[in-house]
Amino acid sequence: MDSVKIALTVNGRRHEREVEPRRLLSDFLREDLRLTGTHLACEHGVCGSCTILMNGQTARSCLTFAVMADGAEITTIEGLGSVENMHPLQAAFWEKHGLQCGFCTPGMLMSALELLRENPDASSEEIHQALAGNLCRCTGYQTIVEAVEAAAETMRGAER
Amino acid sequence: MKPAPFDYVRADSVEGALSALAEQPEARVLAGGQSLIAMMNLRLLKPGCLIDINRLSELDYIRAEGDELAIGALTRHTAAATSPLVAEHCPLMTAAYGHIANRAVRNRGTVGGNLCHADPASENPAVAIASGATLVLTSLDGERRIAAEDFFLSLYETAAEQNELLTEIRIPKAPANQGWSFQEVSTRKGDFALVGVAATLDCPNGTCSDARVVAVGVGERAERLGAAETAIKGAVVDEAGLAAAAAAARDAVDPPSDFHADSEFRRDLVFTLTRRALGEAHGRCGKGG
Repeated sequence: MDSVKIALTVNGRRHEREVEPRRLLSDFLREDLRLTGTHLACEHGVCGSCTILMNGQTARSCLTFAVMADGAEITTIEGLGSVENMHPLQAAFWEKHGLQCGFCTPGMLMSALELLRENPDASSEEIHQALAGNLCRCTGYQTIVEAVEAAAETMRGAER
Repeated sequence: MKPAPFDYVRADSVEGALSALAEQPEARVLAGGQSLIAMMNLRLLKPGCLIDINRLSELDYIRAEGDELAIGALTRHTAAATSPLVAEHCPLMTAAYGHIANRAVRNRGTVGGNLCHADPASENPAVAIASGATLVLTSLDGERRIAAEDFFLSLYETAAEQNELLTEIRIPKAPANQGWSFQEVSTRKGDFALVGVAATLDCPNGTCSDARVVAVGVGERAERLGAAETAIKGAVVDEAGLAAAAAAARDAVDPPSDFHADSEFRRDLVFTLTRRALGEAHGRCGKGG
């Protein structure tokens, strides 16, 4: 089980590391790069907490080996915004109470980000569908959908 | 949760992948990994070697070739789901994608990987059978073609040999007048089907001349329901004809009971979804898609 050398860009920063082939991208991000914003719940692709962007598209980081991300551009929740400078999605989730415990939130935000980039005018039904692969055990989803709707409005306004 | 250790081979050509497959009897092919890695995380699978084919961009394409649609095995679901060529020539597949997984899984999962995984509740095996697809299996010895109908043997088991790689899916272009439908019931959107039914229907003048009906979630593999096809062929497609075909479909299956649904409920679903699928397909007949 020889280690494999990989080089990838995470949130704009290039990293080179040696990894075991069985190293999941999720564990690579959290443990090797100490980017613990990506959350791990089910670890078999059901819950969506570990969703990240790989070359601009959402992916389950628990269903991706780090070696498969060699050469890729990864965006995690840490790349979305900061406490001082929140992304409109982050601000909207805060404003609309789109989270309670917050565990599923990083994955929700990454899925919502992909949706709004492709479909800035997403309807409530389209938001429901886009988030169907992200499970939340606290909120009942209503405030999450409202937060994405509010973020979409902000993002549309910013483009004008 | 951590997968068991394995040797890792990154293929940079189809030939390289085939050589590695021939040399490694324990090897599994790693495409999108959306089922394989989940099963490895749960240690349901512990392959000694993974051959990563994700760099084989020559297997990632959707082309119209003569009277067939050719889909490279490494085509991601998102590409197939949004392809105008697929929508035009295999609208049944586009319809099925309304039920398949979620965006993140579709972004990584591949058409070929999904077929080779052969999950009995997965949608695309039914699409492949209903649309009369041919699968191209390649090995160092050459290439062979097998009808999708003969490819799925049992639970997670296909006719592909250990040294063979699925390289292409070839689907006859759907005739302009053919109707189609994919119907499914699942517990949550994007979950595997409790039951799903794919149907195609040719109905030139009110009477059905040909039909295919394939169900998933009803046994160890996607099942072509010949009894339902026989019932509707030659019949007038009205409420009575649809009900007779749906009853034949229900009587032809012996689905399993599990936590999510018992056998009797699944049989009821087969009846209802077959009736709906053939009805919707009939409504689309002769409209040229």
